[in-house]
Amino acid sequence: MSSSNWPLWEVFIRSKQGLNHKHVGSLRAADAEMAVDNARDVYTRRSEGVSIWVVESSNVFASDPADSDAFFEPAQSKVYRHPTFYDVPDGISHM
Amino acid sequence: MKNNIFTYTLRIADDSLILGQRLAELCGHGPILEEDIALTNISLDFIGQATSLFEYAATLKADLEVLPKLNSADDLAFLRFDRQYVNLLLVEQPNGDFAQTIARSFFFDAFRIEFYAALMNSKDEQLAAIAEKSLKETKYHYKHSAEWMIRMGDGTEESNMRVNKAITALWKYTDELFFMDDVDSALIAEGIAVDLNTLKDAWSNRVQTVFAEATLTVPEPKSVHFKGRNGMHTEHLGYILAEMQYMQRAYPGMKW
Repeated sequence: MSSSNWPLWEVFIRSKQGLNHKHVGSLRAADAEMAVDNARDVYTRRSEGVSIWVVESSNVFASDPADSDAFFEPAQSKVYRHPTFYDVPDGISHM
Repeated sequence: MKNNIFTYTLRIADDSLILGQRLAELCGHGPILEEDIALTNISLDFIGQATSLFEYAATLKADLEVLPKLNSADDLAFLRFDRQYVNLLLVEQPNGDFAQTIARSFFFDAFRIEFYAALMNSKDEQLAAIAEKSLKETKYHYKHSAEWMIRMGDGTEESNMRVNKAITALWKYTDELFFMDDVDSALIAEGIAVDLNTLKDAWSNRVQTVFAEATLTVPEPKSVHFKGRNGMHTEHLGYILAEMQYMQRAYPGMKW
């Protein structure tokens, strides 16, 4: 039994605190059901989560690292896109 | 009475301990990384169950004449002789190939899931509490082994051949799952023990359902009178104990 024939799956876990599912890693499995079971064993043994998503890695379409200049550089010079130029009224705490 | 509860608890504990030890042998030897982790997780569940049961047995033992000098849960787990272990013969069978490892777990998990569900109603509060906690783990163990039975039975020619071989090798030990003697009947009358006859149909249904989906044939019922519950074992147990007890016997009372 060789795992080289099994597809790779990306695993997303929602922690107990709620919020969104976070990418935690990847693993090999023959199908989605096995991927969820394996994710349970590999990534939630220390009660890391309450919900698991798996996505076959081949279904993930990613940005091209070669494009990173065009994609991400232009944002770096646009500090005004951060909401840092407002005066926070006195009555508001925890900002 | 107390003697009976002690023996009864020890039998459940030994099943968990020995199967836990067997699965632990696969640590670092699983067929794939993910399965290696799954099997050792399950092993740890069993060792955890055994720990709770031995701790309970150790408290009962205080006023009994049985097993003199063995006082703690660790003593019970590590310092008995082979004839004093009362586990089922099924759980001490070798890991063999992956099909045999899974088939052994499947037959046992299908039993344990029904057993714990029934033991939750025991009048013995300790046993009922341990059963409730263990049932959650057992549901996952059963899912794991049942899914693999289906994958292997309904998989390739090779996997089907191997799982059939495993079933043939292990089927004769499944009858013992329902072994009962005076210990059981005395405790059934008290509402403490589970009448295993009431679990037979549910166990058979689980086996039949999974086998049907796996395109496997359920063998004819086989009645073989094994005596694991009375301490008569196959040759395999001695080897398990030799490895499991080595540290405690070489360095008595060792802590780390």
